[in-house]
Parts: sequence; structure tokens; C-alpha cells
Amino acid sequence: MDPLILARIQFAANISFHILFPTITIALGWVLLFFKLRFSATGDERWKDAYRFWVKVFALSFALGVVSGITMSFQFGTNWPGFMNKVGNIAGPLLAYEVLTAFFLEATFLGIMLFGWNRVSNRVHTLATFLVAFGTTMSAFWILVLNSWMQTPAGFEIRDGVVHATDWWAIIFNPSMPYRLTHMLLASGLTAAFLIAGLSSYQWLKGNRSAGVRAALKTGVVLGAVLIPLQIVAGDLHGLNTLKHQPAKIAAMEGIWETQKGAPMVVFGLPDETTRSNRFEIAIPNIASFYLTHDWYGEVKGVNDFEHRPPVAPVFFAFRVMVGIGLLMLAVSWLGAWQLWRRGEVRPVLARALVAMTFAGWVATLAGWYVTEIGRQPWLVTGVLTTAQAASKTVGAGLVASTLAGYLAVYAALLAAYVLTLFYLARRAGAPHDHAPAEPARAGGDTVAGPGVAVPA
Amino acid sequence: MTLFADGATWLPVAFAALMGAAILLYVVLDGYDLGVGILTGAPVEPAQRDRMIASIGPFWDANETWLVLAVGLLLVAFPQAHGAILGALYLPVAVMLLGLIMRGVSFEFRAKVSANHKRLWDRLFFGGSLLTALAQGYMLGLYIVGFERTAAHVAFAMLTALCLAAGYAFIGAAWLIMKTERDLQRRAVTWARALLWPVAIGLAAVSVVTPLVSERIFAKWFSLPNLVLLAPVPLVTAAVLIGLHMALRALPSRTDRFCWLPFAGAVAIFLLGFHGLAYSFFPYVVPEQLTVWQAAAAPEALLIMFVGAMIVLPVIGLYTAFAYRVFWGKATDLRYV
Repeated sequence: MDPLILARIQFAANISFHILFPTITIALGWVLLFFKLRFSATGDERWKDAYRFWVKVFALSFALGVVSGITMSFQFGTNWPGFMNKVGNIAGPLLAYEVLTAFFLEATFLGIMLFGWNRVSNRVHTLATFLVAFGTTMSAFWILVLNSWMQTPAGFEIRDGVVHATDWWAIIFNPSMPYRLTHMLLASGLTAAFLIAGLSSYQWLKGNRSAGVRAALKTGVVLGAVLIPLQIVAGDLHGLNTLKHQPAKIAAMEGIWETQKGAPMVVFGLPDETTRSNRFEIAIPNIASFYLTHDWYGEVKGVNDFEHRPPVAPVFFAFRVMVGIGLLMLAVSWLGAWQLWRRGEVRPVLARALVAMTFAGWVATLAGWYVTEIGRQPWLVTGVLTTAQAASKTVGAGLVASTLAGYLAVYAALLAAYVLTLFYLARRAGAPHDHAPAEPARAGGDTVAGPGVAVPA
Repeated sequence: MTLFADGATWLPVAFAALMGAAILLYVVLDGYDLGVGILTGAPVEPAQRDRMIASIGPFWDANETWLVLAVGLLLVAFPQAHGAILGALYLPVAVMLLGLIMRGVSFEFRAKVSANHKRLWDRLFFGGSLLTALAQGYMLGLYIVGFERTAAHVAFAMLTALCLAAGYAFIGAAWLIMKTERDLQRRAVTWARALLWPVAIGLAAVSVVTPLVSERIFAKWFSLPNLVLLAPVPLVTAAVLIGLHMALRALPSRTDRFCWLPFAGAVAIFLLGFHGLAYSFFPYVVPEQLTVWQAAAAPEALLIMFVGAMIVLPVIGLYTAFAYRVFWGKATDLRYV
């Protein structure tokens, strides 16, 4: 098989596996801070119970995010040496700032957040929770700055074939960054919201009607109901931004092959690269022109009129998966919020729907990333560097294929273990033995717990 | 100031120093927690294994971040070297990453799954820790011999693999002597005694092979005045090894006042060994192929990272010290909330 395709599959597999976990932890960190602040303000044990359960999910997700992230820091160089050689002067500082301002912060305070409840004051523990949440968000900020710069590069010049920075402000606030960052942070919020709502509904259906589960369920549903309309608006603005800077991606997303005035919205079709058209197309006339150009007869440029164009089918389908899940999220979260408001609890049918959608955020997030990353092809950095130019010329296909098989096997096993463990934790949280006795006195001294001091659960 | 005007000269050196510091911090910090991971493979009571892992639980995440920083600095400051080194080490890197993945997730899974699955994650934790250490040692060996792959070179790399794993296990045992008590502490002392010899052999082997594989390093070591200036390094190392040997015979002491001594000694050995290697290879970042100046990114890019690093690294140092202070003293069981 072509080494380039193998290297791309390997990187796609790693980054797809990786993104699952930060997507959860970025928002879950803030939700934990919310639980912690509610507990500090009210002293109500339900918030502490919610914190106790979700901090475990956070710890597990964080560990998976860390180990899969380390993998990628190595693969940049091994599989894509051309990337750093060409744009290292911009990508390098952005990645360095991510490590320096985010990774150490989150990793260091995570220890205190997870295990320090009884070792530091309540205020310091809340601060640690805040710093972990802040660190994960900073990490998202820097990596989205870099990704956005690769999509819509700005603030640079090319000297002797190498990219040099000329304006860091323009690099960081490049044209697509604000939209992409907002879209991703909201995606993280929705992923966490549906994870919380889904696992809590699972506990609810299993008969665990404790106040902590109710609090978490309500938090998840309300968070989802609030964020989904914001996400739809943000997504639309992001799409218009993409139309301006990467019109070929939009044409692929919409499945529009020929440039036309009054372009239709293609609801369904099978994009065919050989005939360069859609088969079995179901389309509504003029709609695409209206929402892309805000004119029923506005001109939309088709895929066939671009010199550099992405493969249409994966972008087209991934976009529909993302939008479909978004609409489903809207329906389920609003219905859930309505039922919670009217009846104080969700109906069993909706609870089952929420369980089914526990990981809906993952699917939507992955689909969204496939749209934007495949939609950028053949470029790695738009107009500057193609993916093929960045690939390693020295690492052989056999080596990439064998390591890829290893990674895939490990990722599949870990993903299964992760999902099963979350549901196991959810079941166990309802079992009587997990209810620890009430909080004993603080361990002696602020920081040193002597050998005889039991650390309370 | 001419020094700052000529960034192309001093910035690559500064980044080599930063990267060296990150690697050294990584091998000491993740070294002890990988070492504890390797030692969990020894026959111990389940409660003792829990305590061993609890002693590193709050720290391992941050410890591994030093690896990300070291590789990150290599990637961003010396992009050509990153591709050359990691391309040459593609397979051992992949093995190390699998090891890091296995052990990193086992930390969390073992504490959350049902009792009958816990053994599986314990084994993965041990296996992942050992695999990571071996892969890193193998890479170190290949780096020293300039990525040559004759049978003799590979055999040497396998020796460094075993010795680095022993070195990690040694510093891990020293950490446990410091962080545990009673029976577990006694066991840790026994482990440390047994591991001191492979550590000494490894240091000797690297010291003999390094000048033999490189005429440049041979000339650097065995010329005046370097011979006189460098002589203290092996002498001090030997003195520390003898000191450790004696201290471990006396431990554990009744008052436990000197439980930190083996760990300090282990850190000193890592420091000396690293210093010797760094001195030998500088200014090459890829042995005999690329110097730090040839491999460096553009000075403007280096400068913006250097300024950030100078501001942020002291802050990282401060809060890392705070985290260690919070979990100071003997390790206790870890509980969430």
C-alpha cells in the first residue's frame, strides 16, 4: 500500500483516538468546578457525590488523553518531517507554548485535584480544580490556533522555501481561529453534557435515584439544551467563514459539483468521483445559495471548478452525520429540559434515548473534524504545503503498516475498556458499599499526613 | 549587547541546554515512577502493590510531561534532528509509546475495575513500565553508537536497555525507601542492593564504549587539559556508588532519618552520567551528523520560545514544588475526594 496513505491513516487513527478524551476533559473540568463551587456554597452532599463520581471519569479520560497525546508528539517528526521543516518556525512556538502554559499546569494540579481533597484547604482544592480546567482549555486554545493557522495561514512570509513568522498577532488570531475555537469548545461542552446526561440516565434507570445522580442528570440535560442552539449558530458562522477562505471545502460539504446560481441543498446523494456528480441525489432547489450567500439566486462555486479539491464523499457524509447528530441533540436535550421543568424528572423513554446518546458527542466531534481536515486536502497548510510533501520519504510502508496494526489493536482494546469501565463505575456507584462514611476530621497538619492517619474516602 | 544580537549563535546552545535539562528531569522523575512500575512485578502483597502505586499516583502525569517537553523542544528547536533521530528510532519509539500507553492507562483502570480484572491491569502496568524503560535504554544505546546497526552495536544497545531499566528500578527502589515504611521499606532496600550492581556495570559499559565508537569523543576525552578536567566525573560517580553500597547496608535505620539518602544518591548518579554524555556529544545533536547550529530553527522562532520558557519554567518549578509539598512524607492510600 502507498506509504503516504498508510501514514495518513496512522495519524488519523491516533488523532481520532486522542481527540475523544480531551473533548470530554476540556468541558468536564469546568463541570467539576461547577459541582465543587455548588458544594462549597451550599454544603449540600449531592454536589460532593456528583463530584466524587465525575472526578473518576475525568481521571480516566485524562490518562487516556495524555498517553495518546504523547504518541502524537513523536509522530509529527517520524511521519511528517516535511511539516516541521517547512512551517516549524510557526508550529514550533505554538506547540511549545501549549506544553509550557497548559500541559504542566493541568498535569501538576491534577494530582492535587484527584487526591488532595483532604490534604489541602477547600479553597486550594477548588483552585486546583480551576487550574486543571483552565489548563485543558489553554491546551485547546493553542492547538486550535495551530490547526486554524494550517487551515487559513496568515502573518508569515516564505524565505528560502521556509516559512518565517512576520506577525504573531495575525498568526494567533488568523481568520478561522475564533470560529474554530468556539465551535470546538462548544462541541466539548456538548460531548460532556451528553456523557453526563447519558451515564446519569443509566444510573437512574438502574434504580439509583440518589440526589447526586439527579443533580448530575439535570446538569447534563440543561447544559446540552443551552449549548446546542449556540453550537448551531456558531457552526453556521464557521461555515460562512470557511466559504470565504476555503470555498472548495464548502462545495464538498454541500456536494455541489458544478458552479451554479441558485444552488440546491443536497439532502442526500452518493458523490461519485469518476463521474464528478452525485447519484441518487435528493435536493431542495435554491436553499444552499440562500444560506451560503443569503440570496436565493447567489452563485455557489462547484467542486469541479477548483484546481485543488478534496475528496467529496467523506466530507459530504461526515458533514451530514455531524448535522444529523446536532439536530438529534437539539430534540432530545430540549425535550429533556421540558420534562425536568414540568415533571421534575425525565420519562423512561427519554432516559433510554439519553443512554443511547451517551457518546453522541464523540461521533459528532469526529465527524466535524473529518469534515474540516479532509476538506483541507490536498493541503496540509493551505496554499503552502501539501500533505504529500510533508510525508516521510525514509520510513518504509511495512514499518508504518506494522506499527499501525499495533496502534489500532491497542486503541480498540482501550476504547472498549474505557466504555465498559464507565458503565461499571456507574453501576458500582449505586451499590451500597460505595457509600463511604461521613467525612472524618482533616488529616493532621495541612500537608503532611503522618503514617497513622487514614485518608478518608 | 553582541551576545543577544547574535541569536543564531547562542540560542541553539540555550535550547540544547533547556532540552538537556528537560531530558535529565524526565529520566529522574519518570525514572522513579517507571522504576516503581517495574518493581510492582516483584512478588508483593496486593496491599503493598497498592501502596507502591499510591506513592507515585499524584506525580506520574506531570513527570511524563517532561518527556513531552523534551521531545517538543527537539521538535520545535531542532526540527531536522527530530526527524533524523526519531526516524532512525522508529520501531523502538513505537514500542516505547505502546509501553507508555499501557502503563499510563493501567494507573486509572486498575483503580476502577472490578477486583477480578485488577490483576490484568496490574500486569499491564508492570509490563508497560518495563517495556518503556527497555525501549528508552535501547534508544540511548543506538544514539550513543550513532544509529549503527551491526550485531555488536545492537548488542550494546540491548545492554544499555537492561542497564537503564535497572537504573530506573534502582531509583524507583530508592523512592520507595523514602516514601514507605516497615516491611515494604525493607523490601525496597533489598531491591536497591540487588540493583546497584547492574547500574554500576551499565555506567562502566557506556563509559568504555562511548569513546571507542567515536574518534571525536576519544580525542575530546583523552587530551589535555580535558583528561584532568573530566577525571572527577568517573571518580565522583564511583564514590557515590560506594557510598550507596554502604548506606544500603545500614538501611532501614530505626529512626528513618536518612531514608532520603539512596534517592539523593540515585539522582546524583543520573546527573553525573547525563553530564558525561552531554559533554561528550555536544555540539552534536545527531551524533557526528548535525550540530545544534545546523539543526536549529530560525532565531526569531527560537527567541519567542526562549522568552516564554524563561517566564513560564520558573512558575512550573514553583507549582511542581508545591505539589510535592502537598504529598510530602510517607505515602498513604489514595482516595478520590
